Amino acid sequence: MGMAQTDIIRTVAFGLISALVLVSAFWVVTLTNLFRAALSLGLVLVGVACLFLLMAAEFLAFVQILVYVGAILTMVIFAIMLTGKLQTTVDAPSRSCGLLAAAASGALFAILAAAILGFPWPISNQTEVVTPAAIGQQMVTTLVLPFEVISLVFVAVMIGAMVLAAGRERAKKGRVG
Amino acid sequence: MSTQAVLLITSAVFCLGIYGILVRRNAIGVLLSIELILNAAAVNFVLFGSARANVHAHAFALFIIALAACEAVVALAIILALSRSANTVSVDRINLLKG
Repeated sequence: MGMAQTDIIRTVAFGLISALVLVSAFWVVTLTNLFRAALSLGLVLVGVACLFLLMAAEFLAFVQILVYVGAILTMVIFAIMLTGKLQTTVDAPSRSCGLLAAAASGALFAILAAAILGFPWPISNQTEVVTPAAIGQQMVTTLVLPFEVISLVFVAVMIGAMVLAAGRERAKKGRVG
Repeated sequence: MSTQAVLLITSAVFCLGIYGILVRRNAIGVLLSIELILNAAAVNFVLFGSARANVHAHAFALFIIALAACEAVVALAIILALSRSANTVSVDRINLLKG
């Protein structure tokens, strides 16, 4: 397979993946059924993992699938099911509010797009790839402080989530019984 | 796959996330939009990191994913607690702290 052929395949793959990401991101914010919106978020996450693969970041793609699609999405779907009876059937915005929000985010996108298209980005001729081993090495040398801080954050989050989700009644019951 | 094309895609996803935060009334819907924004930021980090084979950018994308997991856990715990105590998940009707 020649160099040009590989380039064509990469471009086609990028086009398909970005179309998937854009369409499912649109579904995430517009679908009135929240369960379907969460499933569309899963599509976005898989698409972003494919983008990571295209950018030669295999490790991040695996982490994305494992953490986001495996853990976060499952949790979100659980929360949607647990709060299902509280959800009104229609989660549509009022007309004027939706128009204002669309105008604001559209204007933001216009500004960003103008800035991106106006800047002469250097053409990347990357030869070396970031390996998982290199990331691991950085994690225990220069990035050791953020690494330790994030483990502290994990502990705080676990305890906090348990306290919040257990609720007052159950905590009281535990004290009495 | 040029830098510009990827940046345009991620900005579009970012702006869709902003739109979702503004129009969604269900707290879980707002959380989904925040996940969109975080993903767009992570892709940008990896894009610029890959162009220069920068390890730190990849490590920070990893941190973004980890913190997104933390944020989702706390947010869902709060939403569950709210659904029990205030009996609603709509961000418009959560006014427990209103004077």
